[in-house]
Amino acid sequence: MNILTYIESREGKIRVAGLEALSAGRRLVDAAGGKLTALLLGSGIDGLTEIVRGCGADAIYLADHPDLALYSPEAYCETAATAMLKSNAQIFLLSATALGRDLAPLAAAKLDAGLLTDCTEAALENGQLVVKRPVYGGRLIMTLAAASLPVVVSLRPKIFPVVKCEVAEPTIEKLTLNLDGVIRARCVETKAEAGGKLDVTEADVVVSGGRGLRSPDNFHLIEELAAALRGAVGASRPVVDIGWRPHSEQVGQTGKVVSPTLYIAAGISGAIQHLAGMSSSKVIVAINKDPEAPIFKVADYGIVGDALEILPVLTQAVKALER
Amino acid sequence: MNIAVLVKLAPDTEAALKIDADRLKIATVDINYVLNPYDEYAVEEGLRWKEKFGGTTTVFSLGREEAVKALRNALAMGADEAVHIVSPGGLDMLGKAKALAAALQGRGFDVIFAGKQSVDDDCGAVGPMTAYYLSIPHISTVVKLDCDGSRITAWREFEGGAEKFECPLPVLITAQKGLNEPRYASLKGIMFSKKKEIAVVEAAPAQAKIEILKLNYPPVRQAGKIVGQGVEAVPKLLQLLREEAKVL
Repeated sequence: MNILTYIESREGKIRVAGLEALSAGRRLVDAAGGKLTALLLGSGIDGLTEIVRGCGADAIYLADHPDLALYSPEAYCETAATAMLKSNAQIFLLSATALGRDLAPLAAAKLDAGLLTDCTEAALENGQLVVKRPVYGGRLIMTLAAASLPVVVSLRPKIFPVVKCEVAEPTIEKLTLNLDGVIRARCVETKAEAGGKLDVTEADVVVSGGRGLRSPDNFHLIEELAAALRGAVGASRPVVDIGWRPHSEQVGQTGKVVSPTLYIAAGISGAIQHLAGMSSSKVIVAINKDPEAPIFKVADYGIVGDALEILPVLTQAVKALER
Repeated sequence: MNIAVLVKLAPDTEAALKIDADRLKIATVDINYVLNPYDEYAVEEGLRWKEKFGGTTTVFSLGREEAVKALRNALAMGADEAVHIVSPGGLDMLGKAKALAAALQGRGFDVIFAGKQSVDDDCGAVGPMTAYYLSIPHISTVVKLDCDGSRITAWREFEGGAEKFECPLPVLITAQKGLNEPRYASLKGIMFSKKKEIAVVEAAPAQAKIEILKLNYPPVRQAGKIVGQGVEAVPKLLQLLREEAKVL
């Protein structure tokens, strides 16, 4: 079984999720035998091969082209298809980031391949690829198999560990690409979140606030605790729906699904669709005035009390730990 | 402007889900099915384009009988025409997208809207795949969209940023929360939706490339401990996070 893994990078930086996919690919190749190829896309990206070295790839394909500088579904899909053919791979593996979740279905259509999206487990059973993936916003888990090959598989970020491994020096090959006329939907501008804000799906710590904060003006308490923990700010659906917080912060079934090491829910009662989005966190802390709030049923540690009083004290205590 | 919107019926996100006896799908009894929340943004966008540029908005839904409910919901919001693509069942994402593309093909749509994903299978695949089979570009999970009549600009978010795309029509757009604020159905719309005849086409069966093996409940998370009440509990919490959970 040969595997091609797309290693996501943006603005000349490898995203950790890409290395997670590569490590998962190494594990599958080790189990079944075969070759693992890492695909890097971008413009002026020679330097990225250094980071991918020692991460388990047998070969690195460098797709370096001006039309790949910014994400383009069409040009990236074309390149992935070229690389699949060249590497004779049966599995195209990538991370289910915003980019990966867009690219995977397009690549599957182009390759006429089955698609397994946002998987949290992937293994070979009797030579067949079997995965688990959360469905219904994480309220149920579905087990699926690739009934045919090739197959495109995207992996949920922050689930698969990055494992450094000692393999022979990978071969590095530049892909020859003809992307003339491929791009119709062209990315013309990108902007970073103000202050390099960390996304809830990428953070090791997420501090989320809900209606218990009582006013949008009190969310600085959430931001300060998140900053002290070097984490990201999350929010419950009600406070997003009433416009206190941006949609990009919403954790839950119609928002983002997160799996941080530490999740702190303050002033969030724990509606079923919120719990679906954060239950796979390693450690959950809940702060809520209502001891009967459903959030305490999934929390490892709970404090019953007013989030507005507890948050500043907790932030100070965390800062004191640092010193 | 000739506008299409793809819609799907999905279980209410507050519904209590039970696994069916076959362990492959959910039990449908006692579940309230609604228009997939992300499709509401797609329908709303389709209606706004009609109001701005003129033309008609046609909604499509692939599925068995129940798909008609999603179509009637969209008609009640203000869509003009509806097409039910009757599914033979057992279609995977590729099969669904092919069936949708076959129904859309040749009808000269300038723009096709869909929700960014349905809240049942959470794949987000059918939109981009359908665009592929129609040989038109797509932009997914769009939070801001403008059109000058022949070209669009669209913003989509990624982890830690946002990216702006430009594209000529025709294009397929999948809607993310934040794109707009969906309207409620009007009384007139509801009356219209009840009487409106829904066109029916049959989808071709296709061999699935993906096989569902089973459906399970996620591992139950055990409730932990209440550390204490109020600010006095903070030092104890920190101690537990450091020494027991080892996350600080």
